Amino acid sequence: MRRSTPPGPMGERSSSWTARARDEVAERLPLEHLLPDRQPYYVGSWVYIFGVVTIAGLVLTVLSGVILALAGPDWWHISAAGRFFNSVHFWSVQLFFLFMVLHLWGQYFMASWRDGRAPTWMIGVVIFAISIVAAFTGYLSQQNFASQWIAVNAKDALNASGLGAFFNVLNFGQMYGIHVMLLPAAIIVLVALHIVWVRMKGVVKPIEPGRSSRSTVKEG
Amino acid sequence: MDTPAGYLHWGFILISIPNLLLIALMIVLFALALVVPLPGEKEKS
Repeated sequence: MRRSTPPGPMGERSSSWTARARDEVAERLPLEHLLPDRQPYYVGSWVYIFGVVTIAGLVLTVLSGVILALAGPDWWHISAAGRFFNSVHFWSVQLFFLFMVLHLWGQYFMASWRDGRAPTWMIGVVIFAISIVAAFTGYLSQQNFASQWIAVNAKDALNASGLGAFFNVLNFGQMYGIHVMLLPAAIIVLVALHIVWVRMKGVVKPIEPGRSSRSTVKEG
Repeated sequence: MDTPAGYLHWGFILISIPNLLLIALMIVLFALALVVPLPGEKEKS
């Protein structure tokens, strides 16, 4: 096993947890994997672009969301600049979801959970699920007639499922807090983890013609 | 924006025209991504 920190004069490993943690990270995720300047030939396809466009959509969503949160609902409803940033926020979410689903299709047909990549796939599924809740709370946070209509209808679904005991979709403060703090933090952390996992395991190879994904797993 | 969207209805399937157009756009984008080469990839191979 390769160790980046040389053993001591008696061949012993460092007793410091920071040195051991550093060695572990250097072994699992060397810098040349984290920030590569070369990629395998099969990455030269538009299908591999969907993931990075999804991240671009997320960055735009977060940036425009920060501006909206700083200025408040009376700004985003009344002023021209507020309406502009409200629209940027809305359309970057559309971009985010559209390319996230295209990324999902691409990875699904490539069976990209192969060869030890199941955690990457599962983190992606969780991000997708949390994003749906984030979009829902975003609709509730609009503070217009549409958001009231959505909340009044959604409360019945949540009450029927029992979730109404914990969440009140008619409570703007609760929904807004979840939308601007908890869910974005969860999505950003999980997206970072998703990318780290992709860098650790590398990009999945396409399935070769005439081979099933099952046979590839056995050989991998 | 203030008027409701048109809907298509076949049996149990009910879908708004904007949603249908968006799904069609996504399928077209996905198909194009499979067949259109990335710029610069031809020279490399």
